[in-house]
Amino acid sequence: MTAHTVSGTAEYLALVRRRRLYGAILVALFFVLFASGFTVAEDRNAGGFLDGLHRIFDFPKEIFSEAFTNWQNLPRLFVAAIPSLIETLNIAAIATLFGGIFGMALAFLSTRGLALWPRLTSVFRRIMDTMRAVPEIVIALVLIFLLGVGPVPAMIAIAFHTAGALGKLFSEAAENVDLKPVEGLASVGGNWFQRIWFGVMPQVAPNWSSYALLRFEINIRASAILGFVGAGGLGYDLKTALQWGQGKYDQVVAIFAILFLTIMIVDHLSDRARQRLVKGGVLA
Amino acid sequence: MTTATENFDTVGLKQSIEGTFRFRKWRSIAVPFAILGYLIYVFFAFDVAGLASRARPENAAVLLGDFWSYKTHVTRDNRSGEVVASVEGERKGTYPSGEAPEWVAMGETTSISLYGDASVQYLPDNMAVINVPDFGEITTQVNGRAVVLTLPDGKDIPEWMSVSRNRVSIDQGKWRFSMTPARTEVFRYQAGWELFFFTLDSPFYGKSFGELIALAIWEPRVTAEHSNIVAMIDGFWNNKMWRHGDVFWAMGETVLMAFIGTMGAGMIAFPLAFFAASNFAPAVWLRLTCRRLFDFLRGVDGLIWTVILSRAFGPGPMTGSLAILLTDTGTFGKTFSEALENIDNKQVEGIQSTGANMIQRMRFGVIPQVLPLILSQLLYYFESNTRSATVIGALVGGGIGLLLTQAIITQKDWEEVCYYMILVVLTVMIMDTISGWIRKKFIKG
Repeated sequence: MTAHTVSGTAEYLALVRRRRLYGAILVALFFVLFASGFTVAEDRNAGGFLDGLHRIFDFPKEIFSEAFTNWQNLPRLFVAAIPSLIETLNIAAIATLFGGIFGMALAFLSTRGLALWPRLTSVFRRIMDTMRAVPEIVIALVLIFLLGVGPVPAMIAIAFHTAGALGKLFSEAAENVDLKPVEGLASVGGNWFQRIWFGVMPQVAPNWSSYALLRFEINIRASAILGFVGAGGLGYDLKTALQWGQGKYDQVVAIFAILFLTIMIVDHLSDRARQRLVKGGVLA
Repeated sequence: MTTATENFDTVGLKQSIEGTFRFRKWRSIAVPFAILGYLIYVFFAFDVAGLASRARPENAAVLLGDFWSYKTHVTRDNRSGEVVASVEGERKGTYPSGEAPEWVAMGETTSISLYGDASVQYLPDNMAVINVPDFGEITTQVNGRAVVLTLPDGKDIPEWMSVSRNRVSIDQGKWRFSMTPARTEVFRYQAGWELFFFTLDSPFYGKSFGELIALAIWEPRVTAEHSNIVAMIDGFWNNKMWRHGDVFWAMGETVLMAFIGTMGAGMIAFPLAFFAASNFAPAVWLRLTCRRLFDFLRGVDGLIWTVILSRAFGPGPMTGSLAILLTDTGTFGKTFSEALENIDNKQVEGIQSTGANMIQRMRFGVIPQVLPLILSQLLYYFESNTRSATVIGALVGGGIGLLLTQAIITQKDWEEVCYYMILVVLTVMIMDTISGWIRKKFIKG
């Protein structure tokens, strides 16, 4: 009996040692990979890491010092940036709205147990994967080629991606619904649409709205970036101001500030709204 | 039980329920109207009506055609009389002198057979005869600095033809012809991506799949210095038209940017998260400082970081990865510290009761609880950052993002855009699958 326990302990300790060894090897491998990857990236970069490190603050210093000397311009520039901000927000909002609607449709088509055509669920899943994988900038640039410069290409590009991303999250939430209400509705002769609308929607609405809000936050950032490639809004103004260079740095600071503030405010508001949605469970 | 029922304010309850119902009814009408109103406003704000005038549908035709097809140019220099065939009209895709695809017969007169029974013949004296079925024979000839056109008897200039004093061009969709005093040219469109595997100067060009396998495995060497399979890989990798080697490098660079950005952010955020978690922070001011730092890093958008960092480090993949690193440090700091705040303290107390010191408590009590969550977060962000790295790469000039924007800006290499997009989508999907597998196998146990 005692001998058995002793050998068991020895075995256990050996197992622990082996696991630790594997863990250590993995961690070492990771660090080697990271360090060599970083070296490769640095080699292919125009400037080195250590050379650039002390220059990180040069550019912010330059723009802020100019903005500081021209501080009386800032309120005017702030107001002047508001129409662009509204455009950026509009792009994000409409893209979230359309993306959310298409995401809902995709989610219902790809959730097991709820799908209209159960055999095609995996097809719709693959479609959503592809939609998520295509970078927004590619769709935006192609659409700018087709539709001309403006907010609509950016909106479509972001909505396309949003539909794929929200579709996945929506369908994960819908997989966990209680199927009893759906069965109840089926037993009284409800058709597919009625079963979804009255049986599933009330259950998933809080979670889905919370995901859509989170996506809205992400889309504001995306729409600012797409503006940089010519889709209008704050990003476009930022690009033109940066290309102008010295003399317009006060405008750059105004745009930085307004973008930063907007993201912070939306972040905060949607954080609170989501807490209420998920914890309270009511869509009020 | 009875007292509870008596004390219960039924009237108040009824009123409040009715109030809720009224509110819900009102809301179910107001929300769709609000959305509709917003849509109408955006319709005008985005000038959707004006979109029709700005849209260029002819570009769509070019783009869609280019996605899945290529064109071969057969060009005669009208001064020297030399005829050259080339893929997409590029120097890298030019057939060796005197050679051409099998539908072109070179010689004193060059005859080009096109779709249907259509054909074009380049005759001496800068003359060309174009045979269009259901229309007849069209003759064009350069005369000094003008192009003279002869149509079949009794026919007018059709709508697929455009004629001016020094230019005649025919657009038949699948093929085109044009003649100017300087050159005579035929474009023939075909499905597929020509020269995708091997360029014209490669000994493997034009071989079928079966022939290639035979060559690779048992047939004698084609080139003296390498075995066939090495030569094939070399030919593919250094393909001058498609530059597969460069493209794969660029794709790797994008993944590398995502890797360094995500993992670096994780390594920085993990220790800082302890200072920002309320149950571990040594001092309140430190906790608040860390929190504000995370908020700041997250709030300053990736776009702004990209602009600032490319001033300091110049364009390239490292700049992109640092931009990802900074934003994600903010995100990870927040989620990691929340994970640390939600741990179960019983395990830590149990370890403390055995006399473990601070570091041992962390190592055996805290880290095992948060590690699965942290690892799956890292994997998830690595995967989603691969896509962001494409976008950031376009801004900082690194990776596949740069190639994509370059190909889009030329507005003619759409087949390359398609190729890069397929590559990005495949990479993201493969990473999705691998990380899903790792999560299932190792992290959730």
